[in-house]
Amino acid sequence: MKSLSAQLLPSKQVEILDIWIKLQLKNEGLRSDLMSNDALKRESEELLKTILEAIRNDDTTDIKGEAYDKVVEVLAGISLSRASNGFSPRETAYFVFSLKEALITVLEKNIAEPKELYPEIVKVNKLLDDFGLITFETFIKGREEVILRQTSEITEISTPVIQVWSGILALPIIGTLDSARTQVVMENLLLKIVETESTIAILDISGVPAVDSLVAQHLIKTVAATRLMGAECIISGIRPEIAQTIVHLGIDLSNINTKASLAHALRTAFSLLKLEVRKVGEYSKNTHA
Amino acid sequence: MEKIPILKMGDFLLVTVQVDLYDRLALGLESDLVNMIRKYSSRGVLIDISAVNIVDSFMGRILGNIAQMSKILDAHTVVVGMQPAVAITLIELGLPMTGVHTALNVEKGMAMLRDKLFLTEETPNDSDNN
Repeated sequence: MKSLSAQLLPSKQVEILDIWIKLQLKNEGLRSDLMSNDALKRESEELLKTILEAIRNDDTTDIKGEAYDKVVEVLAGISLSRASNGFSPRETAYFVFSLKEALITVLEKNIAEPKELYPEIVKVNKLLDDFGLITFETFIKGREEVILRQTSEITEISTPVIQVWSGILALPIIGTLDSARTQVVMENLLLKIVETESTIAILDISGVPAVDSLVAQHLIKTVAATRLMGAECIISGIRPEIAQTIVHLGIDLSNINTKASLAHALRTAFSLLKLEVRKVGEYSKNTHA
Repeated sequence: MEKIPILKMGDFLLVTVQVDLYDRLALGLESDLVNMIRKYSSRGVLIDISAVNIVDSFMGRILGNIAQMSKILDAHTVVVGMQPAVAITLIELGLPMTGVHTALNVEKGMAMLRDKLFLTEETPNDSDNN
Protein backbone atom coordinates (compact mmCIF):
# COMPACT_ATOMS: atom_id res chain seq x y z
CA MET A 1 0.00 0.00 0.00
CA LYS A 2 1.47 3.27 -1.07
CA SER A 3 1.58 6.18 1.30
CA LEU A 4 -0.76 9.10 0.82
CA SER A 5 1.90 11.46 -0.44
CA ALA A 6 3.11 8.97 -3.00
CA GLN A 7 -0.41 8.72 -4.37
CA LEU A 8 -1.33 12.33 -4.06
CA LEU A 9 1.70 14.39 -4.99
CA PRO A 10 2.44 13.10 -8.51
CA SER A 11 -1.06 14.06 -9.62
CA LYS A 12 -0.64 17.59 -8.35
CA GLN A 13 2.47 18.43 -10.30
CA VAL A 14 1.07 21.53 -11.97
CA GLU A 15 -0.27 22.93 -8.75
CA ILE A 16 2.96 22.32 -6.86
CA LEU A 17 5.03 23.90 -9.60
CA ASP A 18 2.74 26.90 -9.58
CA ILE A 19 3.09 27.46 -5.83
CA TRP A 20 6.82 26.79 -5.94
CA ILE A 21 7.49 29.28 -8.73
CA LYS A 22 5.38 31.88 -6.96
CA LEU A 23 7.37 31.37 -3.78
CA GLN A 24 10.64 31.70 -5.62
CA LEU A 25 9.58 34.82 -7.46
CA LYS A 26 8.36 36.39 -4.24
CA ASN A 27 11.66 35.75 -2.51
CA GLU A 28 13.91 38.78 -2.11
CA GLY A 29 16.96 36.74 -3.04
CA LEU A 30 15.68 36.14 -6.56
CA ARG A 31 18.53 36.80 -8.95
CA SER A 32 16.84 37.85 -12.12
CA ASP A 33 20.20 39.28 -13.17
CA LEU A 34 21.84 35.86 -13.16
CA MET A 35 18.96 33.79 -14.46
CA SER A 36 15.82 34.58 -16.41
CA ASN A 37 12.42 33.60 -15.02
CA ASP A 38 11.90 31.26 -17.92
CA ALA A 39 15.11 29.41 -17.20
CA LEU A 40 14.15 29.23 -13.55
CA LYS A 41 10.77 27.79 -14.46
CA ARG A 42 12.36 25.22 -16.74
CA GLU A 43 14.84 24.17 -14.09
CA SER A 44 12.17 23.91 -11.42
CA GLU A 45 9.89 21.91 -13.67
CA GLU A 46 12.62 19.44 -14.56
CA LEU A 47 13.58 18.92 -10.96
CA LEU A 48 10.00 18.58 -9.76
CA LYS A 49 9.22 16.07 -12.48
CA THR A 50 12.13 13.83 -11.51
CA ILE A 51 11.33 14.15 -7.80
CA LEU A 52 7.68 13.22 -8.26
CA GLU A 53 8.69 10.36 -10.50
CA ALA A 54 10.97 9.10 -7.76
CA ILE A 55 8.33 9.47 -5.06
CA ARG A 56 5.89 7.46 -7.13
CA ASN A 57 8.38 4.65 -7.65
CA ASP A 58 10.02 4.50 -4.26
CA ASP A 59 7.97 5.08 -1.19
CA THR A 60 10.84 5.16 1.27
CA THR A 61 12.60 8.37 2.14
CA ASP A 62 15.99 6.85 1.56
CA ILE A 63 17.56 8.98 -1.13
CA LYS A 64 20.27 6.39 -1.66
CA GLY A 65 17.61 4.27 -3.33
CA GLU A 66 17.82 3.62 -7.04
CA ALA A 67 14.74 5.69 -7.81
CA TYR A 68 16.41 8.80 -6.49
CA ASP A 69 19.58 8.52 -8.57
CA LYS A 70 18.09 10.69 -11.27
CA VAL A 71 16.97 13.29 -8.73
CA VAL A 72 20.41 13.49 -7.18
CA GLU A 73 21.93 13.86 -10.62
CA VAL A 74 19.59 16.69 -11.67
CA LEU A 75 20.01 18.41 -8.31
CA ALA A 76 23.79 18.22 -8.50
CA GLY A 77 23.75 19.63 -12.00
CA ILE A 78 21.62 22.59 -10.97
CA SER A 79 23.71 23.21 -7.89
CA LEU A 80 27.00 23.08 -9.80
CA SER A 81 25.80 25.46 -12.47
CA ARG A 82 24.59 27.85 -9.80
CA ALA A 83 27.89 27.71 -7.98
CA SER A 84 29.83 28.59 -11.11
CA ASN A 85 27.35 31.29 -12.08
CA GLY A 86 27.90 33.11 -8.81
CA PHE A 87 24.74 32.38 -6.85
CA SER A 88 25.07 32.73 -3.10
CA PRO A 89 24.59 29.66 -0.86
CA ARG A 90 21.38 31.17 0.54
CA GLU A 91 19.88 31.64 -2.90
CA THR A 92 20.77 28.12 -3.91
CA ALA A 93 19.43 26.62 -0.70
CA TYR A 94 16.21 28.57 -0.98
CA PHE A 95 15.59 27.00 -4.35
CA VAL A 96 15.25 23.58 -2.70
CA PHE A 97 13.67 24.64 0.58
CA SER A 98 10.92 26.60 -1.11
CA LEU A 99 9.90 23.36 -2.79
CA LYS A 100 9.36 21.89 0.64
CA GLU A 101 6.99 24.71 1.46
CA ALA A 102 5.11 24.16 -1.78
CA LEU A 103 4.79 20.42 -1.20
CA ILE A 104 3.56 20.90 2.35
CA THR A 105 1.00 23.47 1.24
CA VAL A 106 -0.39 21.02 -1.27
CA LEU A 107 -0.45 18.20 1.30
CA GLU A 108 -2.25 20.42 3.79
CA LYS A 109 -4.85 21.35 1.26
CA ASN A 110 -5.60 17.77 0.30
CA ILE A 111 -5.35 15.88 3.58
CA ALA A 112 -7.83 17.13 6.10
CA GLU A 113 -7.10 14.73 8.94
CA PRO A 114 -4.12 15.94 11.05
CA LYS A 115 -3.29 12.38 12.10
CA GLU A 116 -2.79 11.39 8.49
CA LEU A 117 -1.18 14.66 7.52
CA TYR A 118 1.54 14.58 10.17
CA PRO A 119 3.53 11.49 9.03
CA GLU A 120 3.35 12.69 5.44
CA ILE A 121 4.76 16.05 6.35
CA VAL A 122 7.56 14.43 8.32
CA LYS A 123 8.35 12.29 5.33
CA VAL A 124 8.41 15.20 2.89
CA ASN A 125 10.50 17.14 5.36
CA LYS A 126 13.12 14.45 5.63
CA LEU A 127 13.29 13.98 1.90
CA LEU A 128 13.69 17.66 1.15
CA ASP A 129 16.25 18.10 3.92
CA ASP A 130 18.34 15.42 2.29
CA PHE A 131 17.98 17.15 -1.03
CA GLY A 132 19.08 20.35 0.65
CA LEU A 133 22.20 18.63 1.93
CA ILE A 134 23.04 17.30 -1.51
CA THR A 135 22.52 20.72 -2.99
CA PHE A 136 24.84 22.21 -0.47
CA GLU A 137 27.54 19.61 -0.85
CA THR A 138 27.64 19.95 -4.60
CA PHE A 139 27.43 23.71 -4.33
CA ILE A 140 30.57 23.78 -2.20
CA LYS A 141 32.24 21.32 -4.54
CA GLY A 142 31.39 23.57 -7.46
CA ARG A 143 32.82 26.57 -5.69
CA GLU A 144 35.99 24.69 -4.86
CA GLU A 145 36.37 23.73 -8.48
CA VAL A 146 36.06 27.38 -9.42
CA ILE A 147 38.71 28.32 -6.87
CA LEU A 148 41.06 25.55 -8.00
CA ARG A 149 40.69 26.56 -11.60
CA GLN A 150 41.40 30.17 -10.77
CA THR A 151 44.43 29.24 -8.70
CA SER A 152 45.97 27.26 -11.52
CA GLU A 153 45.15 30.03 -13.96
CA ILE A 154 46.83 32.57 -11.72
CA THR A 155 49.89 30.36 -11.36
CA GLU A 156 50.12 30.00 -15.08
CA ILE A 157 49.64 33.59 -16.09
CA SER A 158 51.44 35.18 -13.19
CA THR A 159 54.94 33.98 -13.97
CA PRO A 160 55.84 35.49 -17.31
CA VAL A 161 59.53 35.57 -18.14
CA ILE A 162 60.27 38.61 -20.26
CA GLN A 163 63.34 39.18 -22.32
CA VAL A 164 64.08 42.87 -21.79
CA TRP A 165 67.35 42.88 -23.72
CA SER A 166 69.37 40.29 -25.51
CA GLY A 167 70.96 38.41 -22.66
CA ILE A 168 68.76 39.94 -19.96
CA LEU A 169 65.58 38.34 -18.65
CA ALA A 170 63.11 39.93 -16.25
CA LEU A 171 60.66 38.02 -14.12
CA PRO A 172 58.09 40.10 -12.28
CA ILE A 173 56.62 38.04 -9.47
CA ILE A 174 53.12 39.01 -8.45
CA GLY A 175 51.37 37.46 -5.47
CA THR A 176 52.58 35.28 -2.65
CA LEU A 177 55.47 32.92 -3.29
CA ASP A 178 54.75 29.45 -1.96
CA SER A 179 56.68 26.27 -2.65
CA ALA A 180 54.54 25.20 -5.59
CA ARG A 181 54.80 28.58 -7.26
CA THR A 182 58.52 28.87 -6.63
CA GLN A 183 58.91 25.57 -8.44
CA VAL A 184 56.98 26.91 -11.44
CA VAL A 185 58.84 30.21 -11.38
CA MET A 186 62.20 28.49 -11.12
CA GLU A 187 61.48 26.05 -13.93
CA ASN A 188 60.14 28.75 -16.25
CA LEU A 189 63.11 30.96 -15.56
CA LEU A 190 65.74 28.26 -16.06
CA LEU A 191 64.14 26.99 -19.25
CA LYS A 192 63.98 30.52 -20.61
CA ILE A 193 67.62 31.10 -19.69
CA VAL A 194 68.60 28.08 -21.77
CA GLU A 195 66.29 29.08 -24.59
CA THR A 196 67.46 32.68 -24.87
CA GLU A 197 71.05 32.11 -23.73
CA SER A 198 70.68 34.91 -21.25
CA THR A 199 73.34 35.62 -18.71
CA ILE A 200 71.38 37.88 -16.40
CA ALA A 201 68.01 37.33 -14.77
CA ILE A 202 66.21 40.06 -12.87
CA LEU A 203 63.72 38.87 -10.29
CA ASP A 204 61.33 41.70 -9.51
CA ILE A 205 59.44 41.22 -6.27
CA SER A 206 57.57 44.53 -6.10
CA GLY A 207 54.36 42.53 -6.49
CA VAL A 208 55.06 40.20 -3.60
CA PRO A 209 52.91 41.38 -0.67
CA ALA A 210 55.03 39.97 2.12
CA VAL A 211 58.38 38.30 2.50
CA ASP A 212 58.85 35.88 5.37
CA SER A 213 61.71 33.49 5.97
CA LEU A 214 60.09 30.84 3.78
CA VAL A 215 59.64 33.18 0.82
CA ALA A 216 63.19 34.43 1.29
CA GLN A 217 64.44 30.88 1.21
CA HIS A 218 62.56 30.27 -2.00
CA LEU A 219 64.17 33.36 -3.48
CA ILE A 220 67.63 32.27 -2.38
CA LYS A 221 67.02 28.86 -3.97
CA THR A 222 65.98 30.41 -7.25
CA VAL A 223 69.04 32.63 -7.26
CA ALA A 224 71.33 29.69 -6.51
CA ALA A 225 69.74 27.63 -9.28
CA THR A 226 70.23 30.37 -11.86
CA ARG A 227 73.81 30.68 -10.71
CA LEU A 228 74.34 26.96 -11.29
CA MET A 229 73.05 27.42 -14.81
CA GLY A 230 75.75 30.01 -15.35
CA ALA A 231 73.60 33.11 -15.18
CA GLU A 232 73.67 35.99 -12.76
CA CYS A 233 70.55 36.81 -10.77
CA ILE A 234 69.53 40.23 -9.52
CA ILE A 235 66.62 40.72 -7.14
CA SER A 236 64.87 44.04 -7.54
CA GLY A 237 61.78 45.82 -6.30
CA ILE A 238 62.48 45.45 -2.61
CA ARG A 239 60.20 47.80 -0.77
CA PRO A 240 61.46 49.52 2.41
CA GLU A 241 59.15 47.52 4.66
CA ILE A 242 60.36 44.30 3.09
CA ALA A 243 63.96 45.31 3.64
CA GLN A 244 63.05 45.91 7.29
CA THR A 245 61.39 42.50 7.67
CA ILE A 246 64.31 40.74 6.01
CA VAL A 247 66.77 42.27 8.44
CA HIS A 248 64.52 41.71 11.45
CA LEU A 249 64.09 38.07 10.52
CA GLY A 250 67.85 37.73 10.27
CA ILE A 251 67.83 36.55 6.66
CA ASP A 252 71.21 36.83 5.01
CA LEU A 253 70.91 38.20 1.49
CA SER A 254 74.46 39.53 1.37
CA ASN A 255 75.49 37.00 -1.29
CA ILE A 256 72.69 38.12 -3.54
CA ASN A 257 72.72 41.12 -5.79
CA THR A 258 69.77 43.22 -4.66
CA LYS A 259 68.54 46.48 -6.14
CA ALA A 260 65.77 48.82 -5.09
CA SER A 261 64.01 49.09 -8.41
CA LEU A 262 63.84 47.35 -11.76
CA ALA A 263 65.48 50.38 -13.36
CA HIS A 264 68.48 50.05 -11.08
CA ALA A 265 68.68 46.35 -11.74
CA LEU A 266 68.58 46.96 -15.47
CA ARG A 267 71.37 49.51 -15.18
CA THR A 268 73.47 46.99 -13.24
CA ALA A 269 72.70 44.35 -15.85
CA PHE A 270 73.86 46.68 -18.61
CA SER A 271 77.10 47.41 -16.85
CA LEU A 272 77.69 43.69 -16.21
CA LEU A 273 77.24 43.09 -19.93
CA LYS A 274 79.53 46.05 -20.63
CA LEU A 275 76.73 47.92 -22.36
CA GLU A 276 75.93 51.56 -21.93
CA VAL A 277 72.88 53.63 -22.62
CA ARG A 278 73.40 57.20 -23.68
CA LYS A 279 71.63 60.01 -25.47
CA VAL A 280 72.17 60.35 -29.20
CA GLY A 281 75.13 62.60 -29.91
CA GLU A 282 76.32 62.59 -26.34
CA TYR A 283 79.80 61.28 -25.67
CA SER A 284 80.10 58.75 -22.94
CA LYS A 285 82.51 59.29 -20.09
CA ASN A 286 84.71 56.40 -21.19
CA THR A 287 85.23 57.54 -24.75
CA HIS A 288 85.68 61.07 -23.56
CA ALA A 289 88.42 60.05 -21.21
CA MET B 1 87.32 0.39 -17.86
CA GLU B 2 85.20 3.22 -19.16
CA LYS B 3 86.82 6.63 -19.02
CA ILE B 4 85.83 10.18 -19.65
CA PRO B 5 88.18 11.77 -22.20
CA ILE B 6 90.03 14.91 -21.20
CA LEU B 7 91.10 17.12 -24.09
CA LYS B 8 93.92 19.59 -23.91
CA MET B 9 93.32 22.91 -25.64
CA GLY B 10 96.27 25.21 -25.11
CA ASP B 11 96.20 26.34 -21.54
CA PHE B 12 92.86 24.73 -20.86
CA LEU B 13 91.52 21.26 -20.34
CA LEU B 14 88.18 20.37 -21.83
CA VAL B 15 86.00 17.65 -20.37
CA THR B 16 82.71 16.78 -22.00
CA VAL B 17 80.69 14.34 -19.98
CA GLN B 18 78.54 12.43 -22.47
CA VAL B 19 77.19 9.79 -20.15
CA ASP B 20 75.56 9.87 -16.77
CA LEU B 21 78.25 10.02 -14.14
CA TYR B 22 78.26 7.05 -11.87
CA ASP B 23 80.41 7.03 -8.80
CA ARG B 24 83.52 5.21 -10.01
CA LEU B 25 83.56 7.13 -13.28
CA ALA B 26 83.38 10.40 -11.38
CA LEU B 27 86.19 9.40 -9.04
CA GLY B 28 88.31 8.35 -12.02
CA LEU B 29 87.64 11.68 -13.70
CA GLU B 30 88.67 13.51 -10.55
CA SER B 31 92.10 11.86 -10.33
CA ASP B 32 92.72 11.93 -14.12
CA LEU B 33 91.92 15.60 -14.23
CA VAL B 34 94.21 16.51 -11.37
CA ASN B 35 97.03 14.56 -12.96
CA MET B 36 96.46 16.26 -16.31
CA ILE B 37 96.49 19.70 -14.72
CA ARG B 38 99.80 18.86 -13.08
CA LYS B 39 101.23 17.38 -16.30
CA TYR B 40 100.38 20.28 -18.61
CA SER B 41 100.31 22.99 -15.95
CA SER B 42 96.88 23.94 -17.25
CA ARG B 43 95.35 27.21 -16.19
CA GLY B 44 91.70 26.38 -16.66
CA VAL B 45 89.32 23.43 -16.69
CA LEU B 46 86.04 23.44 -18.54
CA ILE B 47 83.56 20.71 -17.69
CA ASP B 48 80.57 20.40 -20.01
CA ILE B 49 77.70 18.55 -18.35
CA SER B 50 74.98 19.43 -20.85
CA ALA B 51 74.34 15.74 -21.54
CA VAL B 52 74.01 14.83 -17.88
CA ASN B 53 70.41 14.34 -16.85
CA ILE B 54 70.80 12.63 -13.50
CA VAL B 55 72.77 13.93 -10.57
CA ASP B 56 73.08 12.97 -6.96
CA SER B 57 74.76 14.56 -4.01
CA PHE B 58 77.91 12.53 -4.70
CA MET B 59 78.37 13.99 -8.13
CA GLY B 60 77.69 17.44 -6.76
CA ARG B 61 80.46 16.88 -4.26
CA ILE B 62 82.85 15.54 -6.88
CA LEU B 63 82.35 18.67 -8.98
CA GLY B 64 83.00 20.80 -5.92
CA ASN B 65 86.11 18.76 -5.11
CA ILE B 66 87.47 19.09 -8.64
CA ALA B 67 87.03 22.85 -8.42
CA GLN B 68 88.86 23.01 -5.11
CA MET B 69 91.70 20.76 -6.24
CA SER B 70 92.21 22.73 -9.45
CA LYS B 71 92.22 25.91 -7.41
CA ILE B 72 95.09 24.53 -5.34
CA LEU B 73 96.93 23.77 -8.58
CA ASP B 74 96.16 27.31 -9.77
CA ALA B 75 93.58 26.41 -12.40
CA HIS B 76 90.06 27.81 -12.65
CA THR B 77 87.12 25.46 -13.09
CA VAL B 78 84.02 26.33 -15.04
CA VAL B 79 81.05 23.99 -15.23
CA VAL B 80 78.93 24.69 -18.29
CA GLY B 81 75.62 23.66 -19.77
CA MET B 82 73.85 22.45 -16.68
CA GLN B 83 70.28 21.35 -17.41
CA PRO B 84 67.52 23.23 -15.56
CA ALA B 85 66.32 20.00 -13.95
CA VAL B 86 69.84 19.24 -12.74
CA ALA B 87 70.22 22.74 -11.30
CA ILE B 88 66.93 22.42 -9.43
CA THR B 89 67.91 19.00 -8.11
CA LEU B 90 71.26 20.23 -6.82
CA ILE B 91 69.55 23.16 -5.08
CA GLU B 92 66.95 20.87 -3.54
CA LEU B 93 69.77 18.63 -2.35
CA GLY B 94 71.23 21.66 -0.61
CA LEU B 95 74.33 21.85 -2.81
CA PRO B 96 74.60 25.40 -4.10
CA MET B 97 78.24 24.63 -5.24
CA THR B 98 79.45 28.06 -4.29
CA GLY B 99 83.10 27.36 -5.18
CA VAL B 100 82.35 26.41 -8.76
CA HIS B 101 82.12 28.89 -11.62
CA THR B 102 79.29 28.25 -14.02
CA ALA B 103 78.48 29.35 -17.54
CA LEU B 104 75.60 28.77 -19.88
CA ASN B 105 77.47 27.00 -22.69
CA VAL B 106 80.97 26.03 -23.78
CA GLU B 107 81.44 29.26 -25.70
CA LYS B 108 80.62 31.42 -22.69
CA GLY B 109 82.63 29.16 -20.42
CA MET B 110 85.71 29.54 -22.62
CA ALA B 111 85.25 33.32 -22.69
CA MET B 112 84.99 33.28 -18.92
CA LEU B 113 88.19 31.24 -18.54
CA ARG B 114 90.02 33.54 -20.93
CA ASP B 115 88.77 36.53 -18.99
CA LYS B 116 90.05 35.07 -15.75
CA LEU B 117 93.43 34.17 -17.20
CA PHE B 118 93.69 37.56 -18.84
CA LEU B 119 92.79 39.31 -15.61
CA THR B 120 95.28 37.43 -13.45
CA GLU B 121 98.10 37.87 -15.94
CA GLU B 122 97.43 41.31 -17.29
CA THR B 123 96.52 43.13 -14.12
CA PRO B 124 100.12 43.93 -13.16
CA ASN B 125 100.85 45.21 -16.69
CA ASP B 126 97.74 47.30 -16.63
CA SER B 127 98.73 49.03 -13.46
CA ASP B 128 102.18 49.63 -14.95
CA ASN B 129 100.68 51.30 -17.98
CA ASN B 130 98.46 53.57 -15.98
